[in-house]
Amino acid sequence: MIAVLALLAPAAATAAAPLPTADAGSVCQVPERDEADASIYITGCLRDLREDPPTPVPGVAITLSDAEGNELAAAESDENGAFAVAIPGDPISALGQQFVVAVDEESLPEGSGLRNPDDVEQTITVNTDADQSVAFPIGDPLPESAGGLTLALQLTVGGLVFSSLLAMAALGLSMIFGTTGLTNFSHGELITFGAVVALAVDRLPGQIAIGGLNITVIVGVLVAFVVSAAFGWLNDAALWRPLRKRGTGIIAMMIVSIGLSIFLRNVFQYVAGAQSQNYSQYSAVTPIQVGPVQVTLKEIAVFLIAVAVLLGTTAFLKYTRTGKATRAVADNPALSAATGINVERVISIVWIGGAALAGLAGALLGVTQGFDYQIGFKLLLLVFAAVVLGGLGTIWGAIVGAFIIGTFTELTTLFVPAEFKFVGALLVLILVLLVRPQGLLGRAQRVG
Amino acid sequence: MDFVAILGSAIQQAFGPTAVIYCLAAIGLNVHFGYTGLLNFGQAGFMMVAGYSIACAVTIFATSLWVGVVVGLLLAALLALALGVPTLRLRADYLAIVTIASAEIIRQTVAAASFSEYFGGQDGVTDFISGFRDANPYSGSVGIPGLFRWSAFDIWVMTVGWLLVALSCLVVFLLMRSPWGRVLKSIREDENAVRSLGKNVYAYKMQALVIGGIFGALAGFMVSLRSAAVGPSFFATDVTFFAYTVLLIGGAARVMGPVVGAIIFWFLITALGGFFSQATAGADPLIPEAIMDPNQASLMRFIFLGLGLMLLMIFRPQGIFGDRRELAIDAR
Repeated sequence: MIAVLALLAPAAATAAAPLPTADAGSVCQVPERDEADASIYITGCLRDLREDPPTPVPGVAITLSDAEGNELAAAESDENGAFAVAIPGDPISALGQQFVVAVDEESLPEGSGLRNPDDVEQTITVNTDADQSVAFPIGDPLPESAGGLTLALQLTVGGLVFSSLLAMAALGLSMIFGTTGLTNFSHGELITFGAVVALAVDRLPGQIAIGGLNITVIVGVLVAFVVSAAFGWLNDAALWRPLRKRGTGIIAMMIVSIGLSIFLRNVFQYVAGAQSQNYSQYSAVTPIQVGPVQVTLKEIAVFLIAVAVLLGTTAFLKYTRTGKATRAVADNPALSAATGINVERVISIVWIGGAALAGLAGALLGVTQGFDYQIGFKLLLLVFAAVVLGGLGTIWGAIVGAFIIGTFTELTTLFVPAEFKFVGALLVLILVLLVRPQGLLGRAQRVG
Repeated sequence: MDFVAILGSAIQQAFGPTAVIYCLAAIGLNVHFGYTGLLNFGQAGFMMVAGYSIACAVTIFATSLWVGVVVGLLLAALLALALGVPTLRLRADYLAIVTIASAEIIRQTVAAASFSEYFGGQDGVTDFISGFRDANPYSGSVGIPGLFRWSAFDIWVMTVGWLLVALSCLVVFLLMRSPWGRVLKSIREDENAVRSLGKNVYAYKMQALVIGGIFGALAGFMVSLRSAAVGPSFFATDVTFFAYTVLLIGGAARVMGPVVGAIIFWFLITALGGFFSQATAGADPLIPEAIMDPNQASLMRFIFLGLGLMLLMIFRPQGIFGDRRELAIDAR
């Protein structure tokens, strides 16, 4: 459990708040103490998370100080890695006070360190007279120079993985806009659709295995890709094509897409629940050290898949007959129709491809970070930001825009709290419209 | 199935404080979208700016609610200017994207833990409407026994709210029969034709954006007065979309459209919610638990809402009162 928390919780969030280690008691035996002792204890377990199961780390010095930094008490972890240090004095007077629990890094075994160096001191607010537990996840020590540059590299790696998924979603949105003129506000739900389909496959009873190798989630992602493609075709055939035939205006279609978004989002919540979901595999994996940064194998795999799919799609658009027809329709539907291109067929293909890309992005997002029923809706504005930055309707623009926005959102956390990273990306969107409304790769033309 | 209870709560909501809020928000959207053709998807942002203004006027600056009202209106107007400058010269969908993004920027900034000292983070701000409560002239609740009732505070909120609605409708009516209003309508129909007549389209659009935003601000005031609190979750993106549904039910580009729309919208939503919650409640529910549990039942009204918005826009975009020929909206 601690391992999962240490992996998943972002570094910034774990720094201040005491980790919710309700499970700590079940995995570690806190030293026995006298029944009559009413003092509030700060307890915890020191475990080396590089081992599986994690091994106790004995003999580590722990100190407890008050908010002003005066040392109040000290303890040492026992052979189970457990420690308990009492807050001296009357328990009542400790209520509402803040205390600082610190690990003496010198006393850690050679070659070990805290997973998150910010954890060395943790501030705890005592609100009840129950014992409180803290966690000090121990693993590989970060290199000495774990300063700005390493952190920036680490964030860039995370940003690139996220960008590659964002780019798949953005490419679909941009292609649909380019060929039909529709700004599809339900595109986020196409992302969620993929994640939900993969979840449905994952939740099927039993496992899918080839030669003893469990590939349930891999199959789920593939199924999500295919079913999303079919869903895209259905979207177009059942809704958008009839609307185009009726001559429904673009703005009316945008509002229809909002209705569709509300409808689908609530259907997703109906079938998948409101809670955050993870697939049965790959949800907690140990990162590996590559140079100064840590990456997980699943991140590398997801990034490679995404880049391969992006390259494949762009090659398709650039070199095949259908791809060329698609670009022609995006450029000028009327002229393309006049030259004998079957515009409706091209639009149908674009919907199939766009939805398949979005669904794959959703399923892979589910693999990398988990998802809930509104992940696509939350991402929609970032996808818009990426597409507008690159140039609405352009193919390379969507990809370039997605990589800029994706890495930008991660790198802004170097300077501002993580809660503002989306805000930064959306501000970029507005600034781009002020300075260069056609986007980076869009052609300057009069748009209004 | 207790249909009387469903009917009672549906009537109670149809005229209650929430309907007032969505009515005011939709009046603002009517100026934007119905009359001018501007696709503002960030009405929740205008509401939020105003709602937090009166809350913070009391909690941070310890002045009266009235100061908050003035500040809120000013901030809403400023927000409209800030949104209009980059987008009003661009195609219609850019305004849609920028407004929806700005509303979300405001919401995430206000909800941020870094500013929780001022805005209360995710929990929002409370304890600021004692002045409004003290001015309440009503002492007892009002309603039909056995069917529905509004508390004294609800009646007070509704009195203020429906008065604001009446006033807003009057303003919209007068504005839109003036020459200024006719220019707005012709911008919606054909922007280039208006430009060729020597009108400054950009300025007219900006004025419409500001005025609609101010109606949105009134809705925001009512949110914080009704709930006696403001929080980021009150101003989610869906609030804007619900207001659009309200507008489209009643009929865009009609003065009374938002009023009728709000009443019908909340009647239907509450009735649907009541029906599905009763159909799944009890030991032997009408709908078996395997198909729908009470949590899922609470989603049914939103599923219907989404479906309804789509069908409405496809088959009757003019709503109940609108004129189809007048609303041949399209992007240029």
